[in-house]
Formats: sequence, structure tokens, C-alpha cells
Amino acid sequence: MGKMKFGEKAKNPKATFLRLMKDVFEGRYLLIVLIVFCIILSAFSTTYSASFIGSFIDDVVIPLKGVENPDFTKALIYLGKFAVVVLISIAASFAVSYIMVGVAQKSIYDMRIKMFDKLESLPLSYFDKNARGSIMSRFANDTDTLNQLVANGLVQLLTAGMTLVMVLFSMAVNSWILLLVVIAFIFITLFVTGTIGKKSGAFFKAQQKALGDVNGYIEEMMNGQRVVKVFTHEEKCKEDFEVLNKKLEKTMAEANTWAGSMGPVNNNLGHLQYVVLVLVGAVAIIARPDIYTIGALAAFLQLSKSFSNNISQLSQQANNVLLALAGAERIYKLLDEEPEKDNGDVTIVRVKGEGDNIEECSERTGHWAWKVPEGDKSTLVPLKGGVVIDHVDFSYDGERTVLSDISLYAKPGQKIAFVGSTGAGKTTITNLLNRFYNIQKGIITIDGVDIKRIKLNDLRRSMAMVLQDTNLFTGTVKENIRYGRPQATDEDVIKAAKLANAHDFIMMMKDGYDTVLTNNGENLSQGQRQLLSIARAAIADPPIMVLDEATSSIDTYTETLVQSGMDKLMENRTVFVIAHRLSTVRNSNAIMVLENGRIIERGDHEDLLKAKGVYYSLYTGKTELS
Amino acid sequence: MIKDLFSRVRQYKAKTVATPIFMVLEVLMEVLIPAIMAQIIDVGVATMDMKYILLMSALLILSALLSLLFGVMGAKFGSEAGAGFSTNLRHDLYCKVQEFSFSDIDKFSPSSLITRLTTDVQRVQQLFTMSIRMFVRSPMMLIFASIMAFRAGGILSLVFVIVLPILALGIGVMVKVTYSYFNAAFKGYDRFNQVVGENLSGIRTVKAYVREEKEKKKFADSAENIRYNFTKAQKMMAAMSPMMMFVSYGCMIAISYFGAKLVNVGRMDTGSLMSIFTYSGQILSSLMMSGMIVVMYTMSKPSMERIAEVLASESSMDENENGEKVVPDGSISFENVNFGYKEGSGVLKDINLEIKSGEMVGVIGTTGSGKTTLVSLIARLYDTSSGSVKVGGKDVREYNLKSLRDSVSVVLQKNTLFSGSVRENLQWGNEKASDDEIEKALDIASALSFIKEKEGVLDYHVEQGGANFSGGQRQRLCIARALLKSPKILIMDDSTSAVDTKTDRKIREALRRDVNSMTRIIISQRISSIEDADKIVIMNAGRIEDVGTHEELIERNAGYKNLFETQTKGRE
Repeated sequence: MGKMKFGEKAKNPKATFLRLMKDVFEGRYLLIVLIVFCIILSAFSTTYSASFIGSFIDDVVIPLKGVENPDFTKALIYLGKFAVVVLISIAASFAVSYIMVGVAQKSIYDMRIKMFDKLESLPLSYFDKNARGSIMSRFANDTDTLNQLVANGLVQLLTAGMTLVMVLFSMAVNSWILLLVVIAFIFITLFVTGTIGKKSGAFFKAQQKALGDVNGYIEEMMNGQRVVKVFTHEEKCKEDFEVLNKKLEKTMAEANTWAGSMGPVNNNLGHLQYVVLVLVGAVAIIARPDIYTIGALAAFLQLSKSFSNNISQLSQQANNVLLALAGAERIYKLLDEEPEKDNGDVTIVRVKGEGDNIEECSERTGHWAWKVPEGDKSTLVPLKGGVVIDHVDFSYDGERTVLSDISLYAKPGQKIAFVGSTGAGKTTITNLLNRFYNIQKGIITIDGVDIKRIKLNDLRRSMAMVLQDTNLFTGTVKENIRYGRPQATDEDVIKAAKLANAHDFIMMMKDGYDTVLTNNGENLSQGQRQLLSIARAAIADPPIMVLDEATSSIDTYTETLVQSGMDKLMENRTVFVIAHRLSTVRNSNAIMVLENGRIIERGDHEDLLKAKGVYYSLYTGKTELS
Repeated sequence: MIKDLFSRVRQYKAKTVATPIFMVLEVLMEVLIPAIMAQIIDVGVATMDMKYILLMSALLILSALLSLLFGVMGAKFGSEAGAGFSTNLRHDLYCKVQEFSFSDIDKFSPSSLITRLTTDVQRVQQLFTMSIRMFVRSPMMLIFASIMAFRAGGILSLVFVIVLPILALGIGVMVKVTYSYFNAAFKGYDRFNQVVGENLSGIRTVKAYVREEKEKKKFADSAENIRYNFTKAQKMMAAMSPMMMFVSYGCMIAISYFGAKLVNVGRMDTGSLMSIFTYSGQILSSLMMSGMIVVMYTMSKPSMERIAEVLASESSMDENENGEKVVPDGSISFENVNFGYKEGSGVLKDINLEIKSGEMVGVIGTTGSGKTTLVSLIARLYDTSSGSVKVGGKDVREYNLKSLRDSVSVVLQKNTLFSGSVRENLQWGNEKASDDEIEKALDIASALSFIKEKEGVLDYHVEQGGANFSGGQRQRLCIARALLKSPKILIMDDSTSAVDTKTDRKIREALRRDVNSMTRIIISQRISSIEDADKIVIMNAGRIEDVGTHEELIERNAGYKNLFETQTKGRE
């Protein structure tokens, strides 16, 4: 699965490894004992079976050679013993891999859940800073390599390591002269494979780059394919593509040639080792037939084969482990991110009663209040949606000031509009209200309560946002509208859709409200998506509403139709509107004209026209907004 | 399907054939080597004939070197053939997509085309390389090793005859069962990626509506689905290697016992006995490998199918290569035109419309009323269901498609700029356009002023999708690009929606002044953008509701008058 990342190794493999082991095995200590025991068993039997053939030939086959009326009991005893060892080993290795599959999958699952929980808790600044693609690959690729590590890598590493030690021991007992030959070959093998590995690694990097270029080009051009058609640019595109494609072919062929040579090279180095061992062994047998036997040589040859198998297994796994640890490191980086700060103790509660005489209740009344704890007691402040922004400064990065000295208020039910160029800070203000970002200086209150004291979720429940870019989720139209209030009934959904003037086009879709939307509603026009977004806000029914270019993609013809719905939507609510189209903002209670993060003009439509300032020249078309 | 895909190796056919040949040669060496080894022990060591040992060792080294050579050659040719094959495949796919009509693109959707050209091609390439290297190698290994084992062990190799079919059956069953689980898990991955992706792009919505908990539940469901299926599949796979071990050790024991008997009666030597152990290892591992190839094949099958689907689809539009190459003038007429994107869905109904060459026509109407569809038919982005669209007096289908589109320039609503310099982007309109011509076009589109402020001016780098320009600037660049084609007909589909009214007016005036021989069709939501048009077409639910000048429509069309009043309220 997951794409291989070449050359990316963990920075702090030891600490990452320990942390990973803790995550995977914590509370599973008995399991560890069992697994290690099983691994020892299977390593032992591998070694045993490697030397079995030698002793079988020496002790059974050769003595029986040419004997008349031979007695095969000894052979049967030997084989019986061998069978028992082998069965134990098979059982052990089956147990290990069976257990580890479950452990690996469960811990990957746990890890993914932890990652997603963390993701949902992170502040927006995290999403601004980190590319979508790289976060995606944390979830898919990195967890996959982790799975490989836990399910196979660890066990194989341990098995290979343990077998290596045992085989080495057996070889040393068998013949130290031959062992020297084997050791010499280890160094040769490491050197040769190291050289090839380096070479192929470099080519693989080049290949990844070329592949990235080709895939990037494909992505860009496929998305712009309609433009290609309109400009009859097909031939030119083919030429451009051909250049990238050819380059990829070249690097890919080279990289794979080197990687593919590794196997034959290793294999034949093994054969070479065999020849040297046989020669040395033969000389030894000829020279001292009393000490060296054919059986011993045969056993040694078998052992040496198992030895080189395990060496290459070990080096391959070690590389995989390092790659997986690099992935684990990236995962832990995500898990260690600081979540959104939420120290609020003020919550929203249902209330009944009138005026000052309100009390908390559990039934639906349609009335809400802020519950403000003060010491042991708490007071109830009716939720009305009065917003005050008082001398607020804000910067995204702590260096460049985006908003300075912003002060304004909105009484419950008032409509406040922001006008200004891109980058003037309009959207930023609305993002401070629901604490997508935290202000550095000043204070923002809702109904007199500092928003820093309000629990994040309750604060956000008190307002709905309709953003310029509508995000729809895979699911039915109904589910998408209901996103604003999960417990809404089907009637509520239809009512909201009608209010947003979305009902008609929804009914024209294949399954009406049950039509499944995919890929951010790819079959809908931008305008239709905005209508759904408005319906979503309508169903949420909060006291405060933020409309950030909410109707920018709806044609004016349709907008006139939506207008009455929008008016109804804004009724009795505090509304903050951002719009390019000045006709949308002219009936606001107050219009704030922003420039470079400051409010440079304020007042209602008439006031601002009379002032003959920036708003006036915008409105009369003398200047343009960029 | 496979035949069609694999026929695309073309110039790499020689390498594709050479690879398995080298692999077979390598296999020959691989099975020869244990035989030589056996000779060394049986004859050389047993008789202590040092000369024989040296001779055989030399032979062994030679074989090893040959095996190395064949192996490396196999890897080289295999890699080159694989890379070449995937390059061809990608090339064919890309060229095929270039032939696609708009409705073909709609059918497949860009995102799915991207998957097919990237991930799917990579997966099929892996299968291809693996196949040409292993598909022949493994069975060959199986056969040769069996023959050699038979040669060395005679009736001893009967052991394999009994064991192999049983093992093959076991592997087959296991592959089949695990495949369904793997398949389910991979499908689960799509959903998993979808949930994460949607949460990343929609994080503001999630947070604004405090939906974190629901999203977590969604995510947990998808992660659990993967866990469940993978655990099932891999537990099954976990049984695979013990099973192999069981069989191979079983063989070993049987061979040892019967081998000892054979040696006893002098029908076999110890060296041969040892070589049989090696052969048994080769036989079993090649069987395992064959199983793996089957697994890989089944796993890449969906990818192959998706690729084949693109390659097999014929463009739904006949480009009429031999058609008329010259569009005489910019007159347009719609005669009883009906159109639907899917059969039976009427998007345009009974359209009749005459536009004279050089006229400026405005089109207005609600979302979904068919404005875009109407103008799409002129550049033959789609073909009518019935009726005829004529340009320059001839049905659009009578023209060579490229010539028609070169004469009809469309500024699409969803427009795209590509990464590259400003000049490169504009030269899409006319490859040979000089800087002067480009600047002229930019000037008409009111884009020259802001481009002049950019570093390097025409060399200024445009990022993918034109991300480093504002929406209005992008639109103006797209208009300039379309103008450079010097078309007979210019169609602007809501191309100034993000441009402020003043600039919008400037663009219209420049169009009137500098390119007044062009037929211009302007779709707009703003009446101000089209009020001075020669005629205005009002679309409503796929039909033309009214056609007339601004004054006429104000007079007789209540809806139009109403809209005009709402829109101009701000301008009194």
C-alpha cells in the first residue's frame, strides 16, 4: 500500500520507537512474554532444522550406507524428534503472526481515532499552516507503514536477530575456520548491497520527483480540460505531457534496474560463498578426516545459507523500520499539537419565564440563556445576541497586524455590514466572533459576557455562518441541510430549503431530498451550493448570523427570489454581512468600511453617502474594490 | 481487456519478450547450481579428488556469474519494459482524453480521470513488471526444479507429486477468501480518505456548527470497517506461512526417511539427497510466488478495468476532420433546437434564434435556465439532440471541429489559468502572438494596468489555477486570452461577475470600439452589462422567453423591468 518515501528517515528513532512500543503494548505485558517466547521457539527450531540434515546424514545415512538388513529405528527416532520440534515451531510462528495481526490492526485503529480526535480539536491556524495533502498522508500512508511495522517488521526483526545469534553459535561450534569465511562474506555483502542501495536510492528520489511532476501536470490539465478543448490546445498539451512522461520513463527504468539487481547480486554472492566454503571444507576434510566430516560440512552449508538469509532479512527490515519510524514521528507530531484552548465555564441553557424572572429548565421552550457561574452560584443572562467589540487588535502570526483598534457594537437584531477590499480584514473580524482565532488585545462580549469565558461549543452554537465557499459533505441533501441542527425533522429541512429558495431545484434532482451528494456536491452549481448553505444556516436558527459573501455566486435574478427568504432569515437576529455587491448591504443598520485592518468610515447608507468618502465613491462606481 | 492493455507495449516488445527469456536462463542456472553442488560433494569430496573439486568449483562460479548476468539483464529489461509500458499507457490515456468531448469529460469527471491516469497506471505498471519477471519465472522454476529433483531423487520426487496439488489448492482457497476481505478494506479506504478530506476542507463548517462529535463517529465507523476487514484478511494470511512451513518440513521429513533408505541400498548419494532439499525449497517458493501473482492480478483488476474503460470509450463527438475549414462570418442561427445532457432530460426546448454577424447579444435568466447550455452549442461543445445550430450559414457539424472552435472563442464560466508565465497563458489563444498583440488584448480586457505592475510583466509567473490573482483579475486575463484568437464569434459566459461595474463598462466599451466586427454574446447577471446590446435574450426554464432590445423589454416584460429596477436602485 502507501507510497514509499525514500531518504526520509526518522530524526529521533529511539524516542519514537519507545513511545510507539508503549502505545502498542501498554497493558499487554502478558502478550509480550508470550510473543517473545514463541519467537525464541521458532528461532531455535530454525537453527535446529538447519543442523538437523547434517547430523542426520552423519549419524544415520552414512552409517547405514550399504548395510544389509538395515535397522531404520534410529532414523525414525531422529525424524520423530525433528517432527516434534518442527510442529512446535510452526505452532509458535502461527501464534505470533495471528496475535500480531490483531494487535497491529487494533493499535492502528486506536492511533487513527486519536489522530482524528486531535485533528477535530486543533485551532484553525493549524489548517492554515499545514497543506491538506500532507495531513491526508499522515492518516493514510503513515498509519499504513506503521501497520507493516507492528504486524510484520517487529516480529521478523526479532526472529531474524535471534535466529542469527543461534545460527552463529552453532556455526562457531561446528567449525570456526568456516565461520571466518562466512564473516568475511558478510562484509563483502554489506559493502556491495550498500553501494547498490545508495545508487538506487538516488535514482528513486529522482523518480519520485519525476512522478510528482507528471501527476501534478495530469491533475492540473484534467481539471482544466474543458479550457483545453475550447482553445483547441490538445496537440500542444500532448507535446508538453510527452516531455514529462519521457523523463519519468528514464528515471523509473534506471531506479528499478538498480533495485531489481539487488536480488541476483545477493543470491549469487551466496553461491560464491558456498563455493569458498566447499573448497575450504574439502581441504579440511582431506587434511583431517578425523575432525571434519561430510555431514558437518553439509550442516555448515545449510547453516550458512540460513545465516545469509537472515542477514538480508535483517537489513531489509531495519530499513523498513526506519521508514516506519519516520512516519510514526510525523504522526506523533500531529498528536502533540496544541488543541484549541477552551477554558470557558459559561454555557447555554434552556430557560422559561419572562424578563428578569427566568429559570433554567430542560424542556424545549425556544428560549435560551447564558449560564454564568460566579462562585457557587450562577446567574442567567438571556441570550439575545448583542455583540460588542471593544478596541480589538489581532494578528495571525504575532508579527503583522491584521486588525487594529476595532470597536463596534451590534444591538440584538441589528444588521452590521463590512465593506472593503480583499485583505482589509472583513472576514477576520467575523472569525474572531466565534473564536476561530483568539484576539491579542481588547475584548469581545456577547450579551455582556466575555467570549473567552464562554465554552467554545456553546459560543459557536449561538451563531451560524454562511461562507463564500460552501462545503458540502458526502451524504444526502437532507443530511447536508440538517448539518445545522442534527435533530431537525424532515419538515424543518423542507421549510429551511423553501426559505432559501432551494426547494425547487432539490425537487428536480433524481431523488429529491434523498439525492446523495458527492465530492462537495460536484454536480451542483456554485449558486445552488450557496442556497444549500443558507438553508443549513436557517435550520440552525441561532440568534447571531454571519453572512460572508453568502450570495456572491447566486445570480441577481435568483437573488431577488431569495431576498424575501433572506429577510425572514435575518429577522430578529443580529447579523454581520460581508458583501461585494453593495446592493446587499445598503439597508444595514450600520456599515463599516475597512481598509488595512482599520475602520475608516462608519454609519448607515444615507450617512455614508452624505459623507462623500470611500463608500460614496465605491457606490457611485468611481473606484473599484480589489 | 488485458490483451488491449498489454498491446500497448509497442516499441518495448523486444524488451518485454527478452525479460522472461533472461529470467528462464537465470532459472536454469539456479537449478543447475545445486546439481553442481551435489556433484562436488558426492564425487569430489567423497573421493577426495581435489582436481575434480576445483573443476566443479570453477564451473559453479561460472554458473553463478552467468546467473548474475542473466538476473541483472532480466531486471534491466524488465524495468525498462515496465517503465516504457506505463509511459505508453499514460500517453495513450492522455491522448484519448484529449479527444474527449465535453460530455465525455462530464461522464468521467476530472477527478476520476486523474485517478485513472495516476494511481491506476502505477498499479498496472507494478503488475506488468512483476508479471514479465515472475509470471514465466515461477512456473519455469517449478518445472525445472521438479525435473532436477526427479533426476537426483528418482521416485523420491513422488513426494512432491502428492504434496504440490494439495498445497496449490490450499493457497488457492486462501487467496480467494482473503481477496474479498482485502477488496472490502480497500473500498473502506475510499470512504476513510473521503471523511478525512472533507473534514480538512470543511473544517470551518464543522467547527462553526459544532459537529466534531458527529464527524468523529463517522470517522470511527470508517476506521473500524478497515480494521475489521484487514484483521480478517491478514489473520487468514497469517496461516499461510505456517502452512508452507508445515508442508516444506513435511517434505523434508519424508525425503529424509526415504532418502536414507535409498542411500542405504546405494541408489542415491548424500550429495543428491542434499540437492533435493534445495530443490524442494525452490519448488515451494515458486509455488508461493505464483500464488502472489494471482493475488496481485486480482487486486489490480479494478485498475485495469478503469483504464480500459477510458481507452475503449470512443469520443461521443465526430470531429469531422474533412469538414469545412473556413467559417465565412459570425452569423448564428438556432433552428428548432432541443437539447438534454442525458436522454430525456430537456435542458433546452424549441430554441429558434437568429443572430447577425457582428451583433452584440446579451443573454440573461435564472440559474439553471439554460443560458450556458445555449451558448455551448455554438462552439459545438455539445451536439444538439434535435434541430440545427448554424454558424456562418452552415450547420456546425459540417465544419472541421478545430476550425470551428478556432473561430468561436468561449470564455467559460469555470475558467482556468495554468501554471506558467502570463505570456504562456495568453498564447493559448494564439501561439504566435507577439508581445504587442498580447498587450493589445490585455488592454481591451482592462488587464494591462495590473499586469504592468507585476514583476517581469508578461514573464510574471501564474500559479496553478491562477491562485496569485484575484477573481476579477483572472476573469480579465481569460477574456484577453480568448480575444487573442481573433475569433469570428466571442462568447463570454458570466465572465465579468467578479469585475466591478466600472471596469465592466470599460471592457464593454473597448470591445465595441476595437473588435466591433466580432459577434459578441454576453451572458450576465447584471443588466448593466448587456443593456446596450443589439438584442437581449431572456431564458427561462430552457426556453427563450423573450428577445428584444433593452428598451423594448423594459416596455413589455414585467420580470425584466422588475429586475432592472432592483439592480439599479443603487445607482440613482
